[in-house]
Amino acid sequence: MHNLTIAELVAGLRSKTFTSVELTQHFLARIANLNADYNAVITVTAEQALAAAAAADKRLAAGNAPALCGVPMLHKDIFCTNGVRTSCGSKMLDNFVPPYDATVVENFARDGAVILGKTNMDEFAMGSSNETSYYGPVKNPWALDCVPGGSSGGSAAAVAARLAPGATATDTGGSIRQPAALCGISGIKPTYGRVSRWGMIAFASSLDQGGPMARTAEDCAIMLSCMASYDEKDSTSVDQPVPDYSSTLNRPIKGLKIGVPKEYFSEGLHPGTEAAVRQALADLVAQGAELVDISLPNSALSVPAYYVIAPAEASANLSRFDGVRYGYRCDEPKDLQDMYCRTRGEGFGEEVQRRILIGTYCLSAGYYDAYYGKAQQVRQLIQQDFTRAFAQVDVIMGPTCPSPAFKFGSKGDDPVAMYLEDIYTIATNLAGLPGMSIPCGMVEDKPVGLQIIGNYFDEALMLNVAHQFQQATDWHNLAPASIQQGAAQ
Amino acid sequence: MSHRGWETVIGLEVHVQLATKTKIFSGASTAFGAEPNTQACAIDLAMPGTLPVLNKQAVNYAIMFGLAIDAEIARESAFERKNYFYPDLPKGYQTTQLEKPIVGRGNVEIQLADGSKKSIRVHHAHLEEDAGKSLHEGNFSSNFSGIDLNRAGTPLIEIVSEPDMRNAEEAVAFAKKLHSIVTSIGICDGEMSQGSMRFDVNVSVRPRGTTELGTRTETKNLNSFKFMEEAIAREVERQIDLIEDGGKVIQETRLYNGDTKVARSMRSKEEANDYRYFPCPDLLPVIVSEETIAELRRTLPELPDARQARFVAQYELSDYDAGILSSDAATAHYFETVVSHSNNAKLAANWIMGELSARLNSQDLSVAKSPVSAEQLAGLIARISDSSISGKMAKDVFEGMWAGQGSADDIIEARGLKQVSDSGALEKIVADVLAANPAMVEDYINSDESKRGKKLGGFMGKIMQASKGQANPQQVNQLLLQKLNTLL
Repeated sequence: MHNLTIAELVAGLRSKTFTSVELTQHFLARIANLNADYNAVITVTAEQALAAAAAADKRLAAGNAPALCGVPMLHKDIFCTNGVRTSCGSKMLDNFVPPYDATVVENFARDGAVILGKTNMDEFAMGSSNETSYYGPVKNPWALDCVPGGSSGGSAAAVAARLAPGATATDTGGSIRQPAALCGISGIKPTYGRVSRWGMIAFASSLDQGGPMARTAEDCAIMLSCMASYDEKDSTSVDQPVPDYSSTLNRPIKGLKIGVPKEYFSEGLHPGTEAAVRQALADLVAQGAELVDISLPNSALSVPAYYVIAPAEASANLSRFDGVRYGYRCDEPKDLQDMYCRTRGEGFGEEVQRRILIGTYCLSAGYYDAYYGKAQQVRQLIQQDFTRAFAQVDVIMGPTCPSPAFKFGSKGDDPVAMYLEDIYTIATNLAGLPGMSIPCGMVEDKPVGLQIIGNYFDEALMLNVAHQFQQATDWHNLAPASIQQGAAQ
Repeated sequence: MSHRGWETVIGLEVHVQLATKTKIFSGASTAFGAEPNTQACAIDLAMPGTLPVLNKQAVNYAIMFGLAIDAEIARESAFERKNYFYPDLPKGYQTTQLEKPIVGRGNVEIQLADGSKKSIRVHHAHLEEDAGKSLHEGNFSSNFSGIDLNRAGTPLIEIVSEPDMRNAEEAVAFAKKLHSIVTSIGICDGEMSQGSMRFDVNVSVRPRGTTELGTRTETKNLNSFKFMEEAIAREVERQIDLIEDGGKVIQETRLYNGDTKVARSMRSKEEANDYRYFPCPDLLPVIVSEETIAELRRTLPELPDARQARFVAQYELSDYDAGILSSDAATAHYFETVVSHSNNAKLAANWIMGELSARLNSQDLSVAKSPVSAEQLAGLIARISDSSISGKMAKDVFEGMWAGQGSADDIIEARGLKQVSDSGALEKIVADVLAANPAMVEDYINSDESKRGKKLGGFMGKIMQASKGQANPQQVNQLLLQKLNTLL
């Protein structure tokens, strides 16, 4: 059952091939038996899941089941879940149980999904390797000595390892696309404002966006149709109707203009990754698409601009974790100053503290114009690059990240090398554009991701193109050897 | 004040709590006085993942203020985050406006005691959220403090004046005028004791005749006109003494405790926070349409200056009386209610500015909380107008109403205070008094005609005494003259 896609599970549940309780028990058993190998899931809500599955079976029997009724899912532990610990991968929130659901969590509950638990992640979504989690690193199911990518590494590894058919994730600079690429699955970061941020713990508010992870583009379409919504509780949410993304998957892509930015094939790109991406583009040409050479001249500025804007916003967003009202508080503070310093010094990990310091510095009097002000100008330039490109092409494609999954600790001492992991993904967050990653090859027995960047609110086209690619290729059906029970030992 | 050749320069920053039902970024109630933390929702507590949604009513109130002071209204304004750590600031930043405030330059005209008028420029006014309160007393030991977040997220406008005031009187007049404006247009309840208006006073001094500004200090969070006046006077004295003793004023933030009359330094400029302002990414720019402005202008309630002019014209009040009675919406409403029920504007004005205002001040009550309602006062004035009671008795009746003994008629009835105007009864009293005092009558008859008037007072006193003060004096006077004339 765990090799079935969400589309197949929905069909199987409706045709009574299996029940939601059977399905839920199956995935819970897989998590119980296999998760120790990956550390992808940090909270399992077995009791609630089985109750929800039983309720789903009743609705399925009654014939009034909503879209995802009875389908098991996992939520990234950045989404607040009423009554269930939401840690954001941090010691700071190890004891935090929200009294409310994120809108994304509500949307999946509305559509009848069964939540198995919460997935591991880089602390406060700050990381590209899942090594910054308070709960320990997540292991890549394709190579257990390698990282799964981050920050949504737990969701990516769980989907790749078939611990769940789909999982929610978030993307601030590549946190959906890069782990999807490294774990050989599909994931889409929608247009900024498409998915509500209410109840999604903020890292960098102007860049954060939730999105789905699944093995196929078709499953991503099903999940995004549920996940996306206009939400009055999020002022940056955009009031635009949510299309049924599944309904346009089968459109032919003949005549599709694919922009290929020269800046995304420059030095630093692994030759194997480049070859796989070039082959994928050729496959799409074979389906009738047309390649157009384009330039995004300000691409090189995206990483520096991002590492000013994101930490600046984070430095303010994380100020609320002060030990006063909830979360971690140090023992026996001497006074207020001591409480602040030790609570935050002990509750936050090294990378989070580094980014708070960078952000605080960039916003300080005398530095604001040179850093934050300049970064905002760069952001405009990057946006203009894309606007010019989309006047010529329908989608933009390139590699999701420079190389396949790397070994644990290999970039741990060099934050800048780690930051360059997101060199191809960050620009879309700065521009607010949607971006997607789908598997398109293997290098050194590890998956390679093809990135698809679309115009604003053009997710339907991106999913359509990705689905057409997956109709003609088999990369998304490959399974890591480790997922057979006991294979990892 | 012409202090030893020094000139004082004052600028004000005024925080006005807006009278919205809910908070500026959440749906929690803004009502005052609830149990601690019962009016703080997940957003006010800055729980992770929560987001602000701007209260449109707060925006409208800010625009109304801008229209009331004839200011520019920004078609696009924006919120920023002001970052600092404090336990009663849940997010670790205050959401406020800096670069793009909603209300631009405006003007407020003040009137001084000598009748002169002066225009005070407003630099801008911006929207922001209030913080909560830290509690260090009561149930809290030296190791613990309490945090009450009921006030956190209450909408405020901060009004920033230019340094246009030259003494405490002008500053207080400006503050009172702002109070008058915001209560008149209904955007603030004006309850100073509940912190609905709070003043930060920037004070500097310079040698008279010079134009360069001296180093200023800011005394924060004054919540009464009286404390503000005291704080300014103290600070001006302190600065002049300091400079004359060869010292220098340091730029600092100060506090003044109105109860203990102690002023102290809170922090110097060097210790000041770097607030690291930046645009709040959770909120969109505030776009105000021409239609919204036109509609708010059309429905803007009467402003204090217009109301003062109307009171002069409609009720024939002096400019001064009209100014006092129109200064805040509650007083103006009280006055007009009394007039409509008593039909005597002059007496209504006298009683409100006299007896009522004195009693309210003595107990620190606002007119809205007056134990004597406008209808009750109108009832009293009606009895004075129709001569049922004397002015002296009216004061006793007012005391009774203040003490909750009912309407004027109830009290007059219960105490038997009604003036005797029955001519038969009065004639008898007059006759009895004349009969009982033949020597006085003799003296009156034998006096020179020009001196008789003065002698009447003696008879009046005896008659009023005999009637226990209830005789209608005018009637008695008439009857007495008639009787005495027949004896001449």
